[in-house]
Amino acid sequence: MELSTLSLKELGNALRKKAVSAREITGAFLERIKRFNPDLNAFVTVAEEQALAAANEADLRLARGERVTPLTGIPVAVADTICTKGIKTTCASRILENFIPPYDATVVSRLQEAGAVVIGKTNSDEFGAGTTTGYSAFGPVCNPWDKNREPGGDGGAVAVAAGLAPLAISFDTGGNLRRAAAFCGVAGLKPAYGSVSRFGLAALAPSLEQIGPLARQVEDLALLYQVLAGPDPLDATSLPAGAPGRSGQEFTGTAATGRPGLRIGLPREYFAGEELQAEVKDLVLAATGILTEKDGEQVDLSLPSTGYALAAHILLAAAEASSSLARYDGVRYGYRSPEAADIDLLYKKTRTEGFGREAKRRILLGTLVLSAECYGDYYLNAQKVRTLVIREFTEAFTKCDLILTPVTRELPGRAGEEKSPLRQYQDESYTVAANLAGLSGLSVPCGLVDGLPVGVQLLAPAGREDLLFQVARTLEKAVGRFSSPFLRG
Amino acid sequence: MKLEKEEVKRLAELARFELSEEEAAEFSHQLSEVLAYTGQVREAPVEGEKPAIHLLSLTNVLRDDEVKPSLPREEALANAPHREEGFFRVPKILEES
Repeated sequence: MELSTLSLKELGNALRKKAVSAREITGAFLERIKRFNPDLNAFVTVAEEQALAAANEADLRLARGERVTPLTGIPVAVADTICTKGIKTTCASRILENFIPPYDATVVSRLQEAGAVVIGKTNSDEFGAGTTTGYSAFGPVCNPWDKNREPGGDGGAVAVAAGLAPLAISFDTGGNLRRAAAFCGVAGLKPAYGSVSRFGLAALAPSLEQIGPLARQVEDLALLYQVLAGPDPLDATSLPAGAPGRSGQEFTGTAATGRPGLRIGLPREYFAGEELQAEVKDLVLAATGILTEKDGEQVDLSLPSTGYALAAHILLAAAEASSSLARYDGVRYGYRSPEAADIDLLYKKTRTEGFGREAKRRILLGTLVLSAECYGDYYLNAQKVRTLVIREFTEAFTKCDLILTPVTRELPGRAGEEKSPLRQYQDESYTVAANLAGLSGLSVPCGLVDGLPVGVQLLAPAGREDLLFQVARTLEKAVGRFSSPFLRG
Repeated sequence: MKLEKEEVKRLAELARFELSEEEAAEFSHQLSEVLAYTGQVREAPVEGEKPAIHLLSLTNVLRDDEVKPSLPREEALANAPHREEGFFRVPKILEES
């Protein structure tokens, strides 16, 4: 049985009918990782021993007829910025190259409680600072559609697209998860801020980032999200049950919009620029047509702060990075420079040798904008822009049910292409607003251009993940799913 | 805003890492470009706006002050690059008087 192309439900059915064991499923994906990961570099660490033990545990549960969930015995790839007890967690950084967490992130505990199998840890840019994985201390990840292209900023999307794992969880700070989903032809969700616990996620920009699921189909994405989401007393920014914006986590039924037809908002600013590639724009607009042709309405919107939003995101992400990355000093865990003769040199040499270029750039920029001379002009104005962005989206959602935009301005770039840092930050033009305003954002494939996948972004108010799943599924049914060459045998 | 090479080096000093001359020059150029772009937040229509410090409308999320087992010392020290007798070991900080 070819397991790599099956959906979560199909794998679950095969398990319950005893057509296959959890150990065989995990073994099959481990085989694929061994075969393809040397080329793709999607995984930093493969947790073979722990994964097989977890799979055996799932088989025992199944054999004893105990309660099973849709994730029981299903392998999940976990981003290497998310702590896994006893499994190396490097954040794709040299400074944590040997770090073995003594605890699990809440999302990992939730996966394990659901019976899922953590199969390995996926690559990204160092601490997620970047858009192409080019800043990983362990080398870049390849795009499974074309090995000479960059995959977006996330190895989890690559693992799923190449069939090295049926599901993945990763994180999104400014769009890295959604961009990678678009570039790899899979579905990815950045949940609303506070809906998924961040406890155990190595922080880069804590007010912007969220952990989210990746899958090859929308139904699987929703099933995985249901396991991840929920209140957590260990994360003070996690929304309590019943709080406004906390979704009900039931996505099987029809999501009610409160209106007969779906109103899709198209923000002018996201379609106007010269930099949006024509073929990408055409596919995204075609997707809008599909979603509104029967019983829907396209609403012309303006979000005037869009340009300011990117500038604000760059500044706030850097400011938070400079603070978040201050903890890596070579004292309690992680890399320590052997050249540490005194305490000041210990800090300096450790950080000089441990951090890569983009991490250093963000620390420098963040240190500058938080300094007394620049705080008012840059940091404070960026926070005020954030207020504007939140208000513009709140108003926009009174005129439409969800907002549809491109995920990226263009097709995946050439691997290793030299781009200025500013140009890289601009890669996230369409995705940063969801992080600034704490919205739910879903990236789902809408077609191919020159054999490369293109994604569409659906944005909804916090707590309306149900609506995103429903609409994304409608689109998926209309345009079909897209299998990378790794899944075509 | 132009960020001079000397300023880049001063910031690196504050953030506790070293830069080569070449890196300082490169970062000076790249970050000047980023600052020129992000400087537009100063022209944004934010007169009278409050900064968005909190994204959620939550206030004081508290949990009960219960005594629970914490990480055992051995596990807390397991990742230490250098330790001794149950402590993190660092180079000497204080001079003997």
